[in-house]
Amino acid sequence: MHKFKVGPVSSFFGFTIAGLIILLVSSKLDDVRVYQGATVMMFVIGISSIILLTGYSGQISLGHGAFLGVGGYAAALTRNNFNLPVIVCVVIGVLVAAIAGALIGLSAARLSGPYLAGSTLALAVGLPSIVNQFEILGGEQGLFFDVGMPPAFLGEGFSPYRWFFYSATLAMLISLWGLRNLLNSRYGRTWRAVRGNDVAAQLSGVDIARSRILAFTVSAGIAGLAGVILAMTLGSVSPGAYPLVLSFSLATGAVLSGVNTLGGVMIGAVTLVAIPEIADSISHRLGGSEAVTTNLPGILVSGLLILTVLFVPNGPVEQMRLSRNKKRAHAGR
Amino acid sequence: MSLNVSNLTVHHGAICAVNQVSLAVPTGQLAAIIGSNGAGKTTLLRTLSGLNKPTSGTMNWMGESIMGVKAENLVRRGISHVSEGKSVVPALTVKENLLLGAIWRRNAKEAKQSLEEVTSIFPRLGERIEQRSDTLSGGERQMLAIGRAIMAKPKLLLLDEPSLGLAPLVIEQIFQSIKDLTQSMRLTVLLVEQNAMGALKIADLGIVLNLGKVVAVDNAQSLIADPVVRAAYLGY
Amino acid sequence: MINLLNTFLNGITSGAIYSLMAISMVLVWRSTRVVNFAQAGMALLSCYFGYEAVQRTGSFWIGLFIAMLAGALVAAIIEFGFMRILLKHSSQGPIASVGPIIATLGLLGLIKGVIGVVWGNADVLIEPPFSVVGFTIGENTLTFSPLKLLTLITVAVLLLSMTWLFQKTNLGLALRASAHEPEISRLAGIKVDLVRTLGWALAGAAGAAAGMLQAITGSGGMNPNSIEFMLLLVFGFIAAVIGGLDSMAGALVGGMILGLVLAFTLTYVGGSLVFLTAFILLLVVLLVRPQGVIGQKAGRRA
Repeated sequence: MHKFKVGPVSSFFGFTIAGLIILLVSSKLDDVRVYQGATVMMFVIGISSIILLTGYSGQISLGHGAFLGVGGYAAALTRNNFNLPVIVCVVIGVLVAAIAGALIGLSAARLSGPYLAGSTLALAVGLPSIVNQFEILGGEQGLFFDVGMPPAFLGEGFSPYRWFFYSATLAMLISLWGLRNLLNSRYGRTWRAVRGNDVAAQLSGVDIARSRILAFTVSAGIAGLAGVILAMTLGSVSPGAYPLVLSFSLATGAVLSGVNTLGGVMIGAVTLVAIPEIADSISHRLGGSEAVTTNLPGILVSGLLILTVLFVPNGPVEQMRLSRNKKRAHAGR
Repeated sequence: MSLNVSNLTVHHGAICAVNQVSLAVPTGQLAAIIGSNGAGKTTLLRTLSGLNKPTSGTMNWMGESIMGVKAENLVRRGISHVSEGKSVVPALTVKENLLLGAIWRRNAKEAKQSLEEVTSIFPRLGERIEQRSDTLSGGERQMLAIGRAIMAKPKLLLLDEPSLGLAPLVIEQIFQSIKDLTQSMRLTVLLVEQNAMGALKIADLGIVLNLGKVVAVDNAQSLIADPVVRAAYLGY
Repeated sequence: MINLLNTFLNGITSGAIYSLMAISMVLVWRSTRVVNFAQAGMALLSCYFGYEAVQRTGSFWIGLFIAMLAGALVAAIIEFGFMRILLKHSSQGPIASVGPIIATLGLLGLIKGVIGVVWGNADVLIEPPFSVVGFTIGENTLTFSPLKLLTLITVAVLLLSMTWLFQKTNLGLALRASAHEPEISRLAGIKVDLVRTLGWALAGAAGAAAGMLQAITGSGGMNPNSIEFMLLLVFGFIAAVIGGLDSMAGALVGGMILGLVLAFTLTYVGGSLVFLTAFILLLVVLLVRPQGVIGQKAGRRA
């Protein structure tokens, strides 16, 4: 079968079409679902940042929620203190998160495996307590992040939730398109080369440290974008909005989607948002106590994560591709 | 024949490392297995000691099959394997490395006796008994490895390239020790070596492997005299 | 002066607990080459069993014993039933290096969830067996109490027992050999798989002890989402890294260093910077001397 190479321009059209489809479908859904949709988009962006960092560059981060937080807080602070247009605040959020990523990346580039995992975990565990110390960050309560009303051209009484969804989807489409092109470029190839065999890559002239720091920077920036989206949907930023669990969820979502391809990213995001719903209906049907209801989502997600790592370690999309290739190879004999 | 291998085939993935190998070693004899790199010698040994899984064939020791027996259980059948490279635990002391060989017997008195035996065979080990193994020289580590294998009171000793990386004088000592051990402890020994001459000189039986197949089996002296073997493996 | 004494004593007390947790992680690392994040969850679970024992018998010591027993069993079951399957399955593919780590994270979430279902998410309290009122020297009351003294003694006893086990017994020899050179150990007739399970059981017991001691010397309450247990995990990890992930002595040294540094930071700089200090210490060690204070290998690229 002839493989059709999709470049940046052609994929642009593909993404535009996808965007229009999403627009169409969502107009049929109610506000609650649309709001969930915004959360799904947030997760898509967040998970894609992990796919870049872990799937392509081979660096594990168990504390990526921290970068979401940095993005969200930066955007909120800019908005509250300088009253700039929202779009500017978003960009600032992304940039500040990217800078944070570069700084962390400087240390992370020299660590690997369990050391990197432990360090990023430490960061995620400790960040709330660090944040609580600074007055300007609003402590436990956090800060407001008011993106204002939906723009006038959408008409009076346009649901803010739907506006969130549109913004989140637009952000998702843009960042995913950009990321896809980045991953298909020589940067992406360099990351994969280093991940595969860093000694060989080094001997081929690749500056490993720089490659890894770059990956961290870009990944953190994208995560920052997700953080701003999250802040937008919540209307605020606080330590509680970016807890440890968020970092774990992102890692889980990445594994569920298939950590080395962007193709399945929607799967992970939808699963993460869907699980609490599913858990709710399960526990209602079982007539479970409050203890069951609160904990079931966590149990389901964790169980799913374990099963995925065991049986579908490359993610569903890659797994299907592998089995398709296997079948073809068998048939060819 | 205490060791009997018949049509043994072992694969590494798609590659056939050992191809229909058959050999028989009489009790109390030293068999040298020689051949160039990649001939399958190490794989053969590792399969005998249970580390690698064979694809097909049979392996019998003392009349009983050792197919599918786990490596850690083969010691109980009297088989000790000194693997390639320095087969000691560097972080442990000489004494601890030796005692390691006797752990499975769960008899402290016997272990102590064996320890004395080994240190009398290898006095250098006795001198360094409390030292960490990574402070030993290459030759001493090899002695330690062999000593540890002896502590298990084996009947069959599998040695994988004991001369690797050692100075010529030390190699001579090691080979001599192996020969002495074989006789004094009435062991059956399978000695895999790239140092073909050294191995054949102390051996009773010689087996030549090439690309996983047995290409020659004869008593060692005849192989030394054989012009083909000389040209290919003995350098003259 | 009194401040100094307080700080020092508090430092070594918390350091002792970190050491215990660090040893637990080092034991797992050495036997399986995996950093097991679920260990916090396993310790937590064991402590809940300990809590049940304390509730029923009124004795902390029985609770500690039960917790350690539970810890050993839980760890053994997880090693046998989970880790082996995990390591067999995830040795291929690009996710190979991070797969096991993420799976242990999943296990952590699973354990926490199950605890929540069985015991609820609210705090449960374990009564400390000794007074928390500090000793008095002359006119001054230290923050160092009989409880803390007891913590130190308990940890010391456990550490000494473990050292004796590892250095003076055949089992200990087998454990050490299997951790360093599993293949050689197999050839020597050691049932390496069984030994590894035992190593995990020891690790589980140590982690449970650390958890129980933390539960009574800390804020007092335990709940499945307790940040304290995550902190214990992180500090245990940091302590292990400081000392060098490869040795028990290192875990002890690392724990003490961490405990003292944090205590001094708390007293003389302020509580807000405690975690940051720990994090910076971690990064400094990892970047400057990755093999840890005691470690011997040059460079660490796990």
